[in-house]
Amino acid sequence: MAETTYLEAIKQGLREELLRDERVFLLGEDIGVYGGAFKVTKGLVEEFGEERIIDTPLSESAIIGAAMGAAVMGMRPVAEIQFSDFSTNAFTQIVNNVAKAHYRYGAVVPLTIRCPSGGNVHGGPYHSQNPEAWFTQVPGLKVVAPSTAYDAKGLIKAAIRDNNPVIFFEHKYLYRRIKETLPNEDFIVPIGKAKVQREGQDMSIITYGAMVHYSLEAAQILEKEGISVEVVDLRSLLPFDKDRILESVKKTSRVLVAYEAPLTGGFGGEIAAVIADEGFEFLDAPVRRIASLDTPVPFSPPLEEFYMPNPEKIAEAARNLMAY
Amino acid sequence: MPKSKKENPITFRKDDIPSLEFSHEDFLNLYYFMKLSREIELRVINLYRQGKILGGVYSGIGHEAISVGSTFVLGEEDILLPMHRDMGAHLVKGQTVERILAQYLGKEAGVTRGRDGNMHHGDLSRGIVGMISHLAAMIPVAAGVALASKLQKKNRVALTFVGDGGSNVGDFHEGLNFAGALKLPMVLVIENNQFAYSTPISKQTAAKNLVDRAAGYGIPGVIVDGNDVLAVAKVCREAVERARAGRGPTLIEAKTMRMRGHSEHDDHAYVPPELLETWKGRDPIQQYERFLTENTLWTSDEREEIEARVKKEVDDGVDFAEKSPFPRGEQALEDVYAPVE
Ligand SMILES: Cc1ncc(C[n+]2csc(CCOP(=O)(O)OP(=O)(O)O)c2C)c(N)n1
Repeated sequence: MAETTYLEAIKQGLREELLRDERVFLLGEDIGVYGGAFKVTKGLVEEFGEERIIDTPLSESAIIGAAMGAAVMGMRPVAEIQFSDFSTNAFTQIVNNVAKAHYRYGAVVPLTIRCPSGGNVHGGPYHSQNPEAWFTQVPGLKVVAPSTAYDAKGLIKAAIRDNNPVIFFEHKYLYRRIKETLPNEDFIVPIGKAKVQREGQDMSIITYGAMVHYSLEAAQILEKEGISVEVVDLRSLLPFDKDRILESVKKTSRVLVAYEAPLTGGFGGEIAAVIADEGFEFLDAPVRRIASLDTPVPFSPPLEEFYMPNPEKIAEAARNLMAY
Repeated sequence: MPKSKKENPITFRKDDIPSLEFSHEDFLNLYYFMKLSREIELRVINLYRQGKILGGVYSGIGHEAISVGSTFVLGEEDILLPMHRDMGAHLVKGQTVERILAQYLGKEAGVTRGRDGNMHHGDLSRGIVGMISHLAAMIPVAAGVALASKLQKKNRVALTFVGDGGSNVGDFHEGLNFAGALKLPMVLVIENNQFAYSTPISKQTAAKNLVDRAAGYGIPGVIVDGNDVLAVAKVCREAVERARAGRGPTLIEAKTMRMRGHSEHDDHAYVPPELLETWKGRDPIQQYERFLTENTLWTSDEREEIEARVKKEVDDGVDFAEKSPFPRGEQALEDVYAPVE
């Protein structure tokens, strides 16, 4: 069977949900004939027509506000923000309107917001950010960040079927680099469930997004040095799988949290805090974090390499943790 | 202020020359800047094809008359807030070819020292406030620059740009309304090149002309032929004078066509080829060359001299940029915060 890329998996997920439920429609900039900036939606307008794959004006606030309006009226929109960096233009709509409507007046907002995110693509400060923590502080939203093709497909389908707003962070670096064989039958990946991507005994790396792959590479390096690493892929950040994290901590007693956003105030800090709070008695060492530096994402390759975690840096942090 | 001609863009006529008050040198400099802008971009595209450029290349080929013509009428003290297709504007404001090319290659000698890419750079020492990627986000900032000018009694004008697509972002409307309400010395030029990435203007708005929005904010709006550098200069000079006289902002819609893809990785298959053909015949540089020749405003020696100078400057600039070093990784940590006084 042919392997499916992460990018293709998202498209398959969108297509299957468009076929399954006529309330589903897509809207965003250049998503129609052009197929989206990254070609995720290529071909869908030919199949579903301009009423279901809607090219919008360049107006993020209107895209999300209008999607919310349609959602409260019983539609199931999937809105694309061309680069997650531009989600700031829709910030009021997302964090104040969309996120709070159910709590405030019982409105159901089944809205999926696709946000291509992430660095290592020499995109500079505004085409490389990982802004998940801007949103994980907002009750009422769900936030997911798949790292594999299977999860990307399963989570986009789960997001569309969910009766709540879900922000879907798809990582640009993974689009064409990650592939796997997907099942033919319909499946979803439940929101809020983590997955152990690699079993290990000596320490746990809790991570998500592109850092899952770097952590797996680090685990391979460390295996040769006799260190057995468990890699837990959160997949969902809001809500996140506390039980699965604590289970891993119980088993390994040492934890490194790896994420791509800048260190300070990043979502990994929340994970570290939960482990310190609820897993303290299982720990043999402090919970450590490895993340990007507290600077904007720089453009020039030496700067970006210095800024971001990579497998070597993760392995080094892991060695230090083992030596504690 | 000329009455806004809603259907027909203002174009330049020969008897407009006296009102422009351009010297012989000015006429030649306009050519020099447009030609230099074009030449740099063609070389950047070349470097991109050789895999030497990191990230995408968004060219302003076809936009030279707008970015050069408008910026050319600014005074030393005036402030420019350019957009991603305004290579010419940076040059007119004094940005060097070396620094621009080093910027494209992510080098230490680039305008942002490798921190930002492509056209995302500014240089306050030259009166340029750098753009962010978020389209229209600089319009409220331009209003603020104009506000400071008023508060500081500087008499300086803020000139900024936005695309047809970007003109649909909320910040466009908030910034323009703000400047209008406070009668701020700001000039906003919409570079209407008919496409925002793949989306044609007809899908961006139901408005016939983007300049019609000026009426909603109680400010004048003018349509100008964006491929006619002298017409752009003339309209912008009037807007700048109006701003300086304390009569508030002007909205200008310069009609043009984007002659390449949104960026170099885009084959712009969504653009009807006839449209490109028509606009090719109206290339802003060739059009201006004809004007200078027909009106005997230059000699062939002068022309050759400028062309040789442009070629040399770009050759030297590419050489400089290629040879100059990348920043060191640790430099990523510098300048996140300004030093405390
Ligand atoms: C707020 C925002 N949304 C989306 C983008 C992504 N983007 C970059 S350029 C572009 C098209 C811009 O079109 P237009 O404003 O007409 O300017 P042009 O590129 O045609 O000169 C888009 C969608 C962005 N930079 N900013």
